[in-house]
Amino acid sequence: MVKKCASRLYMFLIFLFLYLPIIVLIILSFNNSKTRVVWGGFTLDWYKSCFQDEKIMSAFLTTIQITFLSAILSTLIGTLAAIGISAMKKRQQTIYLGATNIPLLNADIVTGISMMLLFVKFMDLGFVTVLVAHITFSIPYVILNVLPKLKACNRSTYEAALDLGASPLYAFYKVTWPEIRPGVFSGFMMAITMSLDDFSITYFTKGPGVNTLSTMLYTELKKGIKPELYALSTILFFAVLFILLLGNVLPQKKAQRALSKQQKDL
Amino acid sequence: MSKHLIDFIDISKSYDGSLVLDELNLYIRENEFLTLLGPSGCGKTTTLRLLGGFETPDQGRILFDGEDITNLPANERKLNTVFQKYSLFPHMSIAENIAFGLKISKKSKAYINDKIKYALKLVNLDGFENRSVDSLSGGQQQRIAIARAIVNEPKVLLLDEPLGALDLKLRQNMQYELMRLKEELGITFVYVTHDQEEALTMSDTIVVMNQGYIQQIGTPEMIYNEPENAFVADFIGHSNIIDGVMLDDRLVEILGVKMPCVDEGFGKNKPVDVVIRPEDVELVDPADGYMEGDVTSLIFKGVHYELDVMANGYEWLVHTTKHVPVGTHVGIRVTPFNIQIMHKPESSDEKAVEIDE
Ligand SMILES: Nc1ncnc2c1ncn2[C@@H]1O[C@H](COP(=O)(O)OP(=O)(O)OP(=O)(O)O)[C@@H](O)[C@H]1O
Ligand SMILES: [Mg+2]
Repeated sequence: MVKKCASRLYMFLIFLFLYLPIIVLIILSFNNSKTRVVWGGFTLDWYKSCFQDEKIMSAFLTTIQITFLSAILSTLIGTLAAIGISAMKKRQQTIYLGATNIPLLNADIVTGISMMLLFVKFMDLGFVTVLVAHITFSIPYVILNVLPKLKACNRSTYEAALDLGASPLYAFYKVTWPEIRPGVFSGFMMAITMSLDDFSITYFTKGPGVNTLSTMLYTELKKGIKPELYALSTILFFAVLFILLLGNVLPQKKAQRALSKQQKDL
Repeated sequence: MSKHLIDFIDISKSYDGSLVLDELNLYIRENEFLTLLGPSGCGKTTTLRLLGGFETPDQGRILFDGEDITNLPANERKLNTVFQKYSLFPHMSIAENIAFGLKISKKSKAYINDKIKYALKLVNLDGFENRSVDSLSGGQQQRIAIARAIVNEPKVLLLDEPLGALDLKLRQNMQYELMRLKEELGITFVYVTHDQEEALTMSDTIVVMNQGYIQQIGTPEMIYNEPENAFVADFIGHSNIIDGVMLDDRLVEILGVKMPCVDEGFGKNKPVDVVIRPEDVELVDPADGYMEGDVTSLIFKGVHYELDVMANGYEWLVHTTKHVPVGTHVGIRVTPFNIQIMHKPESSDEKAVEIDE
């Protein structure tokens, strides 16, 4: 009994430390007072003015565009890459996987600076360079999500489809795709969160004029803290939370449904 | 049973520089039940995959009905495969699995439904249409894989150890089912197994392979009774394989004893391999035998006892229905007809014949 209470308490403390800063942020975003130390009553004003702020809204729009475009393109490229890698021989596979994983391990700031150096050589920094950068760093996450699915779905089902007269494309669409779809989906979700999350790489590749929410927040914070930014951060937090839940809960629900369907059949 | 349906001509195949098949030549006749038999890794699956179109040979040609199909893609070949690994589509129901090939060949809905019912009945799984793949046992999955292949009415069905994962009882049932299916459908079966009993039971023709070389092609009786070399003899059933010298026509010397036999034409004083099946070794009074020995072990095997008899420095494997206790002093006799003489391997590409112990 005591042990159980202690372990509960321990858990509670850990989560408290993890989430306390965010909870403070969320509370402050509803605080009707300009100072951080006084509670001036509940208000939604900061949210209202946040949505009326032109700078914030344009950054918001850019973020949405970058996030979705980069997620879609990196999912496409990453999935094709995973298919290619899975068809390679063992040794080649290790080499290529190692190569794609290096950007994951690399410090963001190094990736950001090196991309900037590369981009300024060929084009002006701006929307396109940020997009390309986001696609680049998202691809490894997609590969990491798709590749295990490809490995789990054994090659013989694909060959069986060919054997039954399916063309390679039809066989892929009918047999391989349904099995890797959850991986592609979670890779897509991962790409979205990574893109939303990124600050350093965007900061170095964005050039003047273009701002995503995170870089905009950074520049605004340098000028002084506005309560609108609390509201914005809260929205961002919940957006990411929602996407993560979507990515984690949906596949599980599906699996559960499949399971219960099977039990009904038996 | 006369026309060649499939011809392998000088087929060679290597993976990463190691030779798996070396100038394989083989023909398969229409309506034949042909079995590729050999130990693990001898190239059976590779041979089947070449025929199915999943691998291309490094050298040589494959003919189907006289037509060169060496480079024809798998989906355009008129044959279907039951794979060694389970290969049902996990996200489709059983009915959808079976209908897969029929949908591609654009058959009508009514035709497809009829075929599904018919195929399920054929493999004794009526009413399984809406079950999911995961809810089936290994044996049931393999039967569905067979059903999925035969609904397309292929000219040839390729089966790669389809019964490998099943228990003995179910395997025997399925062997019978497969033979019945072949009779009913009248299609050519190319069957792969490493189980010699299965091969002997089911086949019209057995191809014994080892390390990428064909060791012998023949009917089950020929393979069993007249193995062409020591490898075949050993692989087909545990045998007494003894070094001997062919002294003259119809006279062989083994373990220092001269024995009459029925083989001729080996020449004089030629070293040979002598094969004597355990059930052909007769235990007699010590005085009446070619040689004397002592029983060193006795195991009850159900239909017979399996004995080891140490005589003239060789441990004979003997099957008998009599109970002969360990330590009994016995004599060994063999009827001349039951002594099988085989050439020793000579050239280097015959060394695959050697038995790895
Ligand atoms: N894709 C491959 N890449 C490399 N080597 C392979 C490949 N496929 C088969 N081999 C090798 O070729 C040889 C023959 O393999 P094969 O699968 O034809 O054997 P098998 O007779 O079917 O054996 P089993 O009874 O174990 O299925 C083996 O040594 C195997 O390791
Ligand atoms: Mg095999």
